[in-house]
Amino acid sequence: MIPNDVRITPELIAEHGLKPDEYQRILDLIGREPTLTELGIFSAMWNEHCSYKSSKKWLRTLPTTGPRVICGPGENAGVVDIGDGQAIIFKMESHNHPSYIEPHEGAATGVGGILRDVFTMGARPIAALNALRFGEPDHPRTRHIVSGVVAGVGGYGNSFGVPTIGGEVNFDPSYNGNCLVNAFAAGLADADKIFYSEAKGVGLPIVYLGSKTGRDGIHGATMASAEFGENSEEKRPTVQIGDPFSEKLLLEACLELMASGAVIAIQDMGAAGLTCSAVEMGAKGDLGVELDLDKVPCREDGMTAYEMMLSESQERMLMVLDPAKEKEAEAIFVKWGLDFAVIGKTTDDLRFLIKQHGQVMADLPIKELGDQAPEYDRPWIAAEKPKPLDPADVPAPNDIGDVLTRMLALPDMCSRRWVWEQYDHLIQGNTAIGPGGDAAVIRVENGPKGLAFTLDVTPRYCAADPREGGRQAVAECWRNLTAVGAEPLAITDNLNFGNPEKPDIMGQFVGCIEGIGDACRALDFPVVSGNVSLYNETNGKGILPTPAIGAVGLLDNFEQRVTVAFKAAGEAIVLIGETKGHLGQSIYLRDIAGKTNDRSAPPPVDLAVERRNGDFVRTEIRAGRTTAVHDISDGGILVALAEMAMAGGLGASVKPDAVLPLHAWAFGEDQARYLVTMPEKEAEAFIARAGKAGVPATRLGTTGGNELTLNGGVPISLTGIKAAHESWLPAYMAAGAEL
Amino acid sequence: MKARIKVTLKNGVLDPQGKAIEGALGSLGFSGVASVRQGKLFEVELAETDPAKARAALEEMSKKLLANTVIENYAVELDEK
Amino acid sequence: MKSAVVVFPGSNRERDMLRALETITGTRPAAVWHADRDLPDTDLVVLCGGFSYGDYLRTGAIAARGNIMPAIAKAADRGVRVLGVCNGFQILCEAGLLPGVLMRNAGLKFVCKHVDLEVANADTDFTRKYEAGQVWRCPVAHGDGNYFTDPETLKRLEGEGRVGLRYAHGTNPNGSLNDIAGILNERGNVFGLMPHPENMIEPLNGSTDGRALFESVLEAVA
Repeated sequence: MIPNDVRITPELIAEHGLKPDEYQRILDLIGREPTLTELGIFSAMWNEHCSYKSSKKWLRTLPTTGPRVICGPGENAGVVDIGDGQAIIFKMESHNHPSYIEPHEGAATGVGGILRDVFTMGARPIAALNALRFGEPDHPRTRHIVSGVVAGVGGYGNSFGVPTIGGEVNFDPSYNGNCLVNAFAAGLADADKIFYSEAKGVGLPIVYLGSKTGRDGIHGATMASAEFGENSEEKRPTVQIGDPFSEKLLLEACLELMASGAVIAIQDMGAAGLTCSAVEMGAKGDLGVELDLDKVPCREDGMTAYEMMLSESQERMLMVLDPAKEKEAEAIFVKWGLDFAVIGKTTDDLRFLIKQHGQVMADLPIKELGDQAPEYDRPWIAAEKPKPLDPADVPAPNDIGDVLTRMLALPDMCSRRWVWEQYDHLIQGNTAIGPGGDAAVIRVENGPKGLAFTLDVTPRYCAADPREGGRQAVAECWRNLTAVGAEPLAITDNLNFGNPEKPDIMGQFVGCIEGIGDACRALDFPVVSGNVSLYNETNGKGILPTPAIGAVGLLDNFEQRVTVAFKAAGEAIVLIGETKGHLGQSIYLRDIAGKTNDRSAPPPVDLAVERRNGDFVRTEIRAGRTTAVHDISDGGILVALAEMAMAGGLGASVKPDAVLPLHAWAFGEDQARYLVTMPEKEAEAFIARAGKAGVPATRLGTTGGNELTLNGGVPISLTGIKAAHESWLPAYMAAGAEL
Repeated sequence: MKARIKVTLKNGVLDPQGKAIEGALGSLGFSGVASVRQGKLFEVELAETDPAKARAALEEMSKKLLANTVIENYAVELDEK
Repeated sequence: MKSAVVVFPGSNRERDMLRALETITGTRPAAVWHADRDLPDTDLVVLCGGFSYGDYLRTGAIAARGNIMPAIAKAADRGVRVLGVCNGFQILCEAGLLPGVLMRNAGLKFVCKHVDLEVANADTDFTRKYEAGQVWRCPVAHGDGNYFTDPETLKRLEGEGRVGLRYAHGTNPNGSLNDIAGILNERGNVFGLMPHPENMIEPLNGSTDGRALFESVLEAVA
């Protein structure tokens, strides 16, 4: 019998986020009352964040394999073969709740966590991106959160030394009390030198490496699975502080250690730190783990077993080392000035045994801690299928130039330069396409290959029709990779939703997953890693369903890449794809026509068409027959055209469709479309090739001048739209200047 | 023996952080703040028991590392209790 | 030309610098660990970009007091060329090998973008392959690049032609005095600058204008 000086009361159980039936499960499993430390361990392992208990059933339906997939979901990150014996390792993960409570540190530690996931597997990080979603601009906390999150993301990535090359920034009232910080990282490794968390061998030393353990983030993982109430300010002490300097040392030490052959298994200490990492290592390897907490390097005196097991102090790693190489390993730790200690060993009894001061503080069955976690088939209601909107029902603008200018200056549409200029996007010297285009491209060290990265989701589409929204998020990623010339490889998903115990929210989740699955199967675009963030609610109101997708594509030669910028005057502009003028759920409808609560259908995604059009565009890009390519998404054709013009400093003259209402043609958000430019003399052949491939291609106009002209009408000055596009965000942030 | 070393910017050196704090105080409704200068405070524990020697050591530390005397002043306070 | 790049805990552009030097000089540079007390035989010592010691205390302050620094000071005394880029510049100032200090950017934010650099003095070991007055694009990536010094020193720097590079065309990203981007020591063999010429050496970077800086040293030591 393990001494337990704290009585386990129903209140204590509830405080640990465990439901009465879940506690009963614990009693049945261990046949006695747990100690406080054990209760803490169960709460960490069985909360939503670690156990995926509400989502697992649905996540299983996603395709996770493919000819290039080396490792799918279940490890620290997904691994995909990119040829020549190399692999790209990537994942996206949320740090939403901590970022709302303390924006700077919350975002910083989010970036730190995802970088660790990547280098734990043996990869040197080569790219970071992030999808950020904030409340409406007028909300009193929004500016403070934007400023803190951006500084936190930049502060960590810049110091660590990874280029932050893209992502998303959006504003919506549903995020007023619950911002989203989804951090993506990718790293490069040799395909035959990937490191996993599975421990192998009995009686081997378990080594702790990195920063000392403090009382940071005790119950962070539980917090990440709790709804916010009015008193969430009180949760401040649980937020961790990031130290990118230590993380950089940890990276170099880990890579050096891995190269020495000393590492048998490695796992980073993320959510619920020591508990999750040790259990995972043991359980995966069918081994027990014994830890002596007196050996754990601590930053504070008198830490209890409970605190040590649940601490979320950052920049820490756990590994199983080859005892024959212990001396060599020690020299590396000392060189990098990192704390390390042998804190335990692997055993053959499948127990998770925790000792402190010579006493047993926890003694639990290690496999069951993970395997026997509750799993729910939550009731769900599918949302009613929305009806398409007739463009004729949407008011037309008087002055199309004025509307375009306003659209380009909307919070969701304006330039994000203010954000990405705070990120070092050039470090490592391999940035081939930086932030601001369709996808960012990084040259693989020493070339000639290139890797393309993008993050996308359109939450308003997901809210209106979860399944169509899920498909669209994946399709837009695929399209963005295609638009730079890359072959789409695989995705990571970061599923942000409200409270899954509500059937309508669960319905959103199920719908989005189904849509993601549809698109992944149709586009041969498997999911190799991911993260689920539920309970994103404040006072009972959920966020827009936001299944953010991160995607990676491959260029055989980075020189094949193409950017959105117009390159020369007098070039032909061709529209790929069919334009029906779909205004349902469009930016025009919401922000210009002011229909914020419209229930109409989002643009449908025809995945076969998506694939056909995209494959054609990619082939043309790779053959060097295009000079600029841009996918058409938020804001439609005219916004895409304006973005190409602003990027290239060159105007264009175009001819709108003769049949559709002008605003439907200009701002409709039909899918599977691209704008492509090429030298005038090659346009005819290009359109003919498209025709042969069954791809709709329409000559739209010609580049040149300093203005955009529609059908010879009133010219729209590039200077004017560029000023509007560039100024909204800096002006907004300056208006509330603060630290 | 405990000591505190205060490091402050020299007069005339621009302090953008101090200025930003000054602005933020104003916007929070604290009127009448004439100026804010940001500095650093180091709390140091010494094994040395002789105040004169301790002070001399602290002066050295300040000059050599804790302050950049191109732009910063420092002041040593010794807790002699 | 033999070159050596000094690596401190928290340095993070050493790989960029090593690659640039190898590409331009044709010889693999040595990587020198901060804890060493001796430098290898070299014509050029480079202190690269990064966040040595996390930028804690003051940027460059802790690194400037590292084991390797006396050897660098001695080498500089002998006339060996020393180049400090970004954090390297901050370290050289903290170490007293260059005058002045790099303070927090006037905008209080980290800034990563391309700026225009004007060659203020083309008659130095680090700029001789540029034309006087030539303007070239180069990235900056820093939070503390705001050069400051006392009026007396500033006057001397300007009077003695020790301002090598200046931010041109109103592109000063950090509030630096007199738009100073890079300065030399009295003898002219130590140069510190905030921008990153090592990230401007191949077409992928958008231009190869950063090469001339390294080629200048190459010519100077030949």
